[in-house]
Amino acid sequence: MSVSKDEYARMMQRAAPQSPLWLDCLKAFSVGGAICCLAEGLLLTLTHCGMGYDHAKALTMITLIVLTAALTGLGVFDRIAKHAGAGTAVPITGFANAMVAPTLESKAEGFIRGAGAQMFSIAGPVIAYGCSTAAVYGLIYYCLQRWGKA
Amino acid sequence: MTVLLSLAKAFLVGGLLCAVGQVLIDKTKLTPARILVLYVVAGVLLGAVGLYEPLLHWAEEGAAIPLTGFGNVLASGTRDAVDKDGLIGVLEGPLYAGAVGIMAAILCALAVSVVARPKEK
Repeated sequence: MSVSKDEYARMMQRAAPQSPLWLDCLKAFSVGGAICCLAEGLLLTLTHCGMGYDHAKALTMITLIVLTAALTGLGVFDRIAKHAGAGTAVPITGFANAMVAPTLESKAEGFIRGAGAQMFSIAGPVIAYGCSTAAVYGLIYYCLQRWGKA
Repeated sequence: MTVLLSLAKAFLVGGLLCAVGQVLIDKTKLTPARILVLYVVAGVLLGAVGLYEPLLHWAEEGAAIPLTGFGNVLASGTRDAVDKDGLIGVLEGPLYAGAVGIMAAILCALAVSVVARPKEK
């Protein structure tokens, strides 16, 4: 059966009906907001208990990563992410899930070329481009510091 | 009262950053992987020009937890490394700044893949 590109697009539209944009956004807003709110609550609690601000911030991030990893291992994260969309993808939870999920799924292919390599299938580009951009910025900053004021 | 205000600010900014990401996913067909890269790079750029710091100050975790916050950490960490060690800081800063998040995620990924069973498809 041959199907033109337009027909195919229409078939896809029927097979996977798009939920309205405002609803997707509302879900992303509430879930993403709730995650940040939870982090803020944890940060306030930790600093209230006398922990330094930087340490408390690091521990908050670690907590979210560990929580995401646990929920991913239990298969719960996917079910939340399906509804939340960007709400779970944009916070650090999305980065953690992008590392844990492919690692777990490819462990059957072995721990070196499977889990170990697939761990960076999404996180790799994120780290590579993020760090490279930061390095370029660092170089510009260095030049400005050194010669900019002269 | 200040506690509630802090929580509300974190919710508002974090939620808005996610909603923008959702519009990008729905409207542009960008895959989530591209969104992650986009957000981190955007965070580095916003941090580099000094626009992210005020937001971070206002919303705290609302700005720190979304991946733009991770990008901002890479930028500010690199700046600090250059201030401290000069030119070598350009190479030293980015990974050092992101180390805590990346290492935590690596260890978690390994631990989960050892303990958990992949879901049946």
